Amino acid sequence: METSEPLVARHVLEFPGGYTRTTGPVIGRFLTELRAGRIVGVRTAEGRVLVPPLEYDPATGDPVTDEYVEVGPAGTVTASAWVQEPRPEHPLDRPFAWALIRLDGADTTLVHAVDAGDPKALRPGARVWPVWRERREGGITDIACFRPEVTMIVSPVRPEYRIQAGGALRTFLEGVRRGVFLGGRCATCAKVYVPFRASCPECGTRIAEQVELPDTGTITTFAINNLPDPRAPEVPFVSAYILLDGADIPMIALVGGVPAHEVRQGMRVRAEWVPESERTLSMANVRWFTPTGEEDAELS
Amino acid sequence: MRDVAIVAFAQTEHTASDSGQSEPELILPVIEEVKERTGLRRFGFTCSGSCDYLAGAPFSFVSALDALGAWPPISESHVEMDGAWALYEAWVRLQHGDVDTALVYGFGKSSLGDLRSIMTLQLDPYYLAPLGLDQVSFAALQAAAVRADRAELDAIVRRSRAAGRDNPYALDLPDELTDAVAPSRASDVAPSRASDVVPSRASDVVPSRASDVVPSRASDVVPSRASDVVPSRVSDIEPLRASDVAPITDGAAAVVLAAGDAVAELCARPAYIRGIAHRIEPHYLGMRDLARSASAADAARAAGVGKGPVEVAELHTQFAHEEIILRRALELPADTVVNPSGGPLAANPVMAAGLIRIGAAAARIHDGTASRTVGHAAGGPCLQHNLVTVLEG
Repeated sequence: METSEPLVARHVLEFPGGYTRTTGPVIGRFLTELRAGRIVGVRTAEGRVLVPPLEYDPATGDPVTDEYVEVGPAGTVTASAWVQEPRPEHPLDRPFAWALIRLDGADTTLVHAVDAGDPKALRPGARVWPVWRERREGGITDIACFRPEVTMIVSPVRPEYRIQAGGALRTFLEGVRRGVFLGGRCATCAKVYVPFRASCPECGTRIAEQVELPDTGTITTFAINNLPDPRAPEVPFVSAYILLDGADIPMIALVGGVPAHEVRQGMRVRAEWVPESERTLSMANVRWFTPTGEEDAELS
Repeated sequence: MRDVAIVAFAQTEHTASDSGQSEPELILPVIEEVKERTGLRRFGFTCSGSCDYLAGAPFSFVSALDALGAWPPISESHVEMDGAWALYEAWVRLQHGDVDTALVYGFGKSSLGDLRSIMTLQLDPYYLAPLGLDQVSFAALQAAAVRADRAELDAIVRRSRAAGRDNPYALDLPDELTDAVAPSRASDVAPSRASDVVPSRASDVVPSRASDVVPSRASDVVPSRASDVVPSRVSDIEPLRASDVAPITDGAAAVVLAAGDAVAELCARPAYIRGIAHRIEPHYLGMRDLARSASAADAARAAGVGKGPVEVAELHTQFAHEEIILRRALELPADTVVNPSGGPLAANPVMAAGLIRIGAAAARIHDGTASRTVGHAAGGPCLQHNLVTVLEG
């Protein structure tokens, strides 16, 4: 039976175990030094330092001298190419750069991989240092790769505290546990402050009168937050200044139940409380403020 | 110096994927064409250029001799380089004065394997090959050194592809530069277990009738549809983009050289080689200034490129940025038309593409559309080795 289908077979060319190659004295010296954790160049008759070393000066064809010079270990990138999708035979399995690196003390550049993390980290002139392989065999890959010079460190800061809500804050939170926002009216200024506080920030008078405020208000300003926050349900979330009806200063709270881009100044909102059985002495009792659907308020 | 001329040139209609032809089958039509063109059946000297690693078979160029008819024995040589260097060897051979004609050919099927990693095998085994530095990676380092303008590179690629669409021998590549033009790797369409691999190719595949196919294991021969071998995206290696890379191509080309009285007998408008030279630079990339090609500049001076106007230059540019480097190195005047054939960015049969540059430059003299042209070929990583020919009518 005739067939028109192509006939395809797999064919692999392989030298099992690989070729053995003699290194000669110059390349052998370089690879031996690499195994010992040092990078050396060879000096030419004209005084230039070739890294990696060659047996003959490529500029003149003359044999090089027998003077080996330790170079680097750091060097300067003269050109680089960014590999976004490494291939199996590449030295790194994550995006990396190929680079020409002029090691300190060398007159030529070395080709190697740089684990730079980000292509922008490797402009010409960038300083890089070798990362040595733990088990070295005497090969160019005894240097696993190069890495950019350290120019930055990360400083974690995370002290812990125990905070007690006494005084005015406790008074306010007790109101919140009941589902009520408590404010205070200054006897001198007649202004209503929420949350409840001990003294008037304007005149310093001690505040005696508690006022129960409704859980509706108007957004005076807001921010769309794109960094996650443990107190916010999702990203992006909106935090807003909400002027509760009857209050003279706004209170900061989350806004939800509405796409972030629809939130606006003047929007009327109402607190969404968690069920009564779940309430505690905490602002977590208010899930967020959500639009009432009323017409926007005029902001003075 | 003995005057030598290119008296005939032929090339295959290059393909972007493997058509299943053996290498003798691939080169036979172009050998027949130049024989017919010149009326010659035998040549004073024969030289070819190819690379065994493309086929993955040692001495594959020897079996390619089947296309020539090498009996009684012929005087033959081979270079494991682009066919352009076979042409150089034949030119040198004709300088001896005892023979007057030479057949030169180059061929390659880069679709069979993964060209990027096959090209790693040409690198020095101590410092470069162990890094797994592949062809696109080292080219990208050179592109970074050149700091070429993206718009200029894209313009080179678009111009080359447009010229290629007008060239019946080149590939039809889209003006749109997002398309990738490399076929998938062999391993994508073939069995993947090592145990499926059998040592001898010839016994595996394609006797004359399908009923003769008796694979040693059922999995040895895998029928596939053409659509199975879909182009896979060549990932960018910044600053190179996939579109800057010459397409994977299979193809062949042949040239006939003649000297002495044979020239006038064989060709109405011969393309005389007025200058030919090749120069090489250090292999290791870090020993050279990759932004320049000192060897191309030296070869161009030695060949006498600047001694007259250059109407057409066919440059062996396997990456778009190489055109920028070579234009400068050859000091080509602004009015020189570069790669009107589309060049390798429109069809890049590896090991023939350099010879095709010289052939295409000669063809402009054969057809009377130019009187002085330049053909260029390159070998080695990052334009390490350059050959420049000046042709005149």
